[in-house]
Amino acid sequence: MLEWLQSTWMSLPMSVQDTVIIVAKIVAIVVPIMLSVAYLTLAERKVIGYIQVRIGPNRVGPRGLLQPIADGLKLLMKEIIVPHNANRYLFIIAPILALAPALAAWAVIPFNDEWVLADIDAGLLYLLAMTSMAVYGVILAGWASNSKYAFLGAIRSAAQVVSYEIAMGFALVGVLMAAGSLNLQDIVLAQQGSFLHWFWIPLFPLFLVYFISGVAETNRAPFDVAEGESEIVAGFHVEYSGMTFALFFLAEYANMILISVLSAVMFLGGWLPPIEGIPIIGEPSIFWLLAKTSFFLFLFLWFRATFPRYRYDQIMRLGWKIFIPITIVWIVVTGVLVLANVSPWFD
Amino acid sequence: MEPVQFVFYAFATVLVLASLAVITARNPVYSVLFLVLAFFTSAAIWLLLEAEFLAITLVLVYVGAVMVLFLFVVMMLDINLDQLREGFAKYLPVGALVGFIILVQMVIVLGPEQFGLDRVADPVKHGPDYSNTKELGNVLYTDYVFPFELASVILLVAIVAAIALTLRRRPENKAMNAADQIKVKRAERIKLIAMAPEKDEPAEG
Repeated sequence: MLEWLQSTWMSLPMSVQDTVIIVAKIVAIVVPIMLSVAYLTLAERKVIGYIQVRIGPNRVGPRGLLQPIADGLKLLMKEIIVPHNANRYLFIIAPILALAPALAAWAVIPFNDEWVLADIDAGLLYLLAMTSMAVYGVILAGWASNSKYAFLGAIRSAAQVVSYEIAMGFALVGVLMAAGSLNLQDIVLAQQGSFLHWFWIPLFPLFLVYFISGVAETNRAPFDVAEGESEIVAGFHVEYSGMTFALFFLAEYANMILISVLSAVMFLGGWLPPIEGIPIIGEPSIFWLLAKTSFFLFLFLWFRATFPRYRYDQIMRLGWKIFIPITIVWIVVTGVLVLANVSPWFD
Repeated sequence: MEPVQFVFYAFATVLVLASLAVITARNPVYSVLFLVLAFFTSAAIWLLLEAEFLAITLVLVYVGAVMVLFLFVVMMLDINLDQLREGFAKYLPVGALVGFIILVQMVIVLGPEQFGLDRVADPVKHGPDYSNTKELGNVLYTDYVFPFELASVILLVAIVAAIALTLRRRPENKAMNAADQIKVKRAERIKLIAMAPEKDEPAEG
């Protein structure tokens, strides 16, 4: 059996072999992401539950562990309702446009020193391009729904995402100056050493700006005015039901995980261990990346349970008048640090 | 057909069809979306030329930022299509003439005899280690550093001018100033007064 498989594999042309391997790698990335998204929803309800001195979901399966599966099944079974006078095609395409860039961005993430799907030189730029496209899903959903609440949510979201993208882009400029490369693997390797060598120390303001902008980009609390239940019902996805709603949900959580992974890769050394030279714990591995990612994901949930929603004009003020000036100043500071070869980061 | 050729023709077909749809679509929102598609496919064609930096920048700048704002504006417009189509037949001859002249001019300048492999050399293929990004950076910051900096200064002036043109002081505007709100101290809003306790009188009646 094994020999037969091997001989068939060898008889395939080279291009087909490559395609099969790439597709297998994509599946190996997307399936764990989808599982993480499912269990992130459970983690969110549990964490917020305990913060509010409740237990959270605990009925489906042992300790409520099957809750996400039950939720997924429920959403799959529900009817997809297309509202009267809605634009049918765009209404269906919008959730797909929201999810696709969130998954496509994972192509350039390095999981350890060898595991990366596309080790391209313009990796950081590719990430920025992919995350900037996610806003189309939201805008189109709002417009195609033919509902004023949805449209208001879409407009809020578009203005917010475009504003925070600038601060985010500038924060990334600082990272690429510090690492001297747009390649994410090189950015991780430039932080080699202990946790004192990671970029969170020399780029601390950019680190804060990047993560907070990331929270704003994913429309999460306290920046969730695009949903704003108390004012505009549920914002851009108010008319969506069943699987189309589930896709928006998946996209939001996939984006949260993506922002967390990126913060870990660019500022906390990615898959590098905090202290090198110790057996087992001191080894660089994917588990360090997962641990750092989980920390950022916990921050997302903690924010949601702690902060009240920002007022809209305050969001704009924070993005334009505080974050962008901070990043511009710190890019100059980073340039000076790099030119002066400040150790231990830039020697 | 080679796979590369197949990819090129597939994307080129989509690009041409999308560009046609931009000017023929009835709904302006569709036009913007087809323009997004056109940008995206041309980025894919640039990738075939190994110009990955330019291709991704095209997606980032045009698809990710410029077209989002376009879409934003077009959605807000209240366009009456009937009004726009009024007098279509009357203006058709003039429009057709102008269109035809532009077409002739473009064919003269951009005609197939101006290009082709005998006039423009086949782009040099590089190995997987070749970094397009690095090469571009080297050229931009050495040979073309002055034009590059000049362009950035002009853009900066444009940004300042755009803000200066739209910035209006409106005293009658009652919008809140977040900076003032944050600066407020407790002492400015609340005054604590010491007073003797009062005896509660039971209400009469």
